[in-house]
Amino acid sequence: MREISTREVTQAVKRLCIGANSSLRGDILNALQEALRVEESPAGRKVLEWLVENARIAKEEGVPICQDCGMVTVLLQLGQGVRIVGGDLREAIDQGVREGYREGYLRKSVVEDPCFSRRNTGDNTPAIIYTEVVPGDGLKIIVVPKGAGSDNSSALKMLNPTDGILEVKAFVLETVKKAGADSCPPLVIGVGVGGSFDSVGLLSKKALLRPLGMANPDARIAQLEKEIFGEVNGLGIGPAGFGGRVTTLSVSIETSPTHMASLPVAVNLGCHALRSAEAVL
Amino acid sequence: MLRVTTPLHDDVIDKLRAGDEAAISGVVYTARDQAHRRLVEALTRGEEVPFNLEGQVIYYAGPAPAKPGCVIGSAGPTTSSRMDVFTPLLLAHGLKGMIGKGRRSEEVKKAIKKHKAVYFATVGGAGALLSKFVKGFKVIAYEDLGPEAVFELEVEDFPAVVAIDALGNDIYEEAIRKWGRPAKNE
Repeated sequence: MREISTREVTQAVKRLCIGANSSLRGDILNALQEALRVEESPAGRKVLEWLVENARIAKEEGVPICQDCGMVTVLLQLGQGVRIVGGDLREAIDQGVREGYREGYLRKSVVEDPCFSRRNTGDNTPAIIYTEVVPGDGLKIIVVPKGAGSDNSSALKMLNPTDGILEVKAFVLETVKKAGADSCPPLVIGVGVGGSFDSVGLLSKKALLRPLGMANPDARIAQLEKEIFGEVNGLGIGPAGFGGRVTTLSVSIETSPTHMASLPVAVNLGCHALRSAEAVL
Repeated sequence: MLRVTTPLHDDVIDKLRAGDEAAISGVVYTARDQAHRRLVEALTRGEEVPFNLEGQVIYYAGPAPAKPGCVIGSAGPTTSSRMDVFTPLLLAHGLKGMIGKGRRSEEVKKAIKKHKAVYFATVGGAGALLSKFVKGFKVIAYEDLGPEAVFELEVEDFPAVVAIDALGNDIYEEAIRKWGRPAKNE
């Protein structure tokens, strides 16, 4: 068995937290530049120009793209042939978050005791961790810090199995309309369809991780992505909600087998500063 | 581009129309969810609040920590609608301006009209850029709330757009009217 030390995990998580927060994903930056070619609204164009400039400043000065540096979700793909040595894996990840948020001058946004004290934990821990065990002897770590502006407007609905894709589309559109300017459009929209109530939310988050511009390999789903993309951009919400042709940069749909009586749909709204970074140990 | 200096007076507010670009200078106070709750609880009990609300502007923001040598860290707006339930009372106590992002409730719009106030929007997710317009920063109250404390910011030509003016005109509604097109299936 290959051994990976918790120390390596901590270092990787720390580096990924800082990197994801200060360096805008290349595919998103490209999409913003592409949006500038499409956007006709003067107010919308100005917002897009700001966002490109903001990304430049953040990267050059090593400061966060957005002051909401999010709560950190960590997706682990742990190879079956790996043994973690040197301590507790969860603690190693939280230590990486702690060090990254302190040394990167990132905002700590996590509060404990959600119903009562809501006291800030002071170090942005704990992280939300999902572990998938996969073949091989590597460990892939994906860090996804997500802000509340976009997360608060995300939505999940258990549709009827006979509702079909028209209802799926309607629910995505309804969610985007309700969010309006709150989730910082232009949005990156991740949709999960299938699975169960709990799994569809995670599926929608994974949809946000697909590189922008890459369609679902299933041509029928790719067509649905294209249609929803067109309709969302017809809403007129525009960059920052100031009006325009570009309300979304991308729509990604991931599907999963589901119960014959179910059609779960999760719409995970990502803002234009959607952040993620990954490393393989 | 209209240059606006805080505190705000009625003659300036009268000139601001939804869609106008504004450059705001002077002192603004940050306050978000928990600070709003505390401000409103204090006002309801008839107690003093940490800063005089008369003519003032609240910025819905929780800045990132400053790097050494910097005034402030990234400092963009948070979603304004979460503050909607608290806003009418603050406006009744003299608050004249708010800076944030996103739509406001009908109650807030009514209160903005009634008390002749203004709601500015700025661009969410542009906190690194917006921090450049902040020249001074100090904690005023509720330090225990961490990033949610009330900070006094000295801003210079802070860029914003008039989102709701004192007549109740709303750029977010206007945006949909102007740029929206009916969906194919409707």
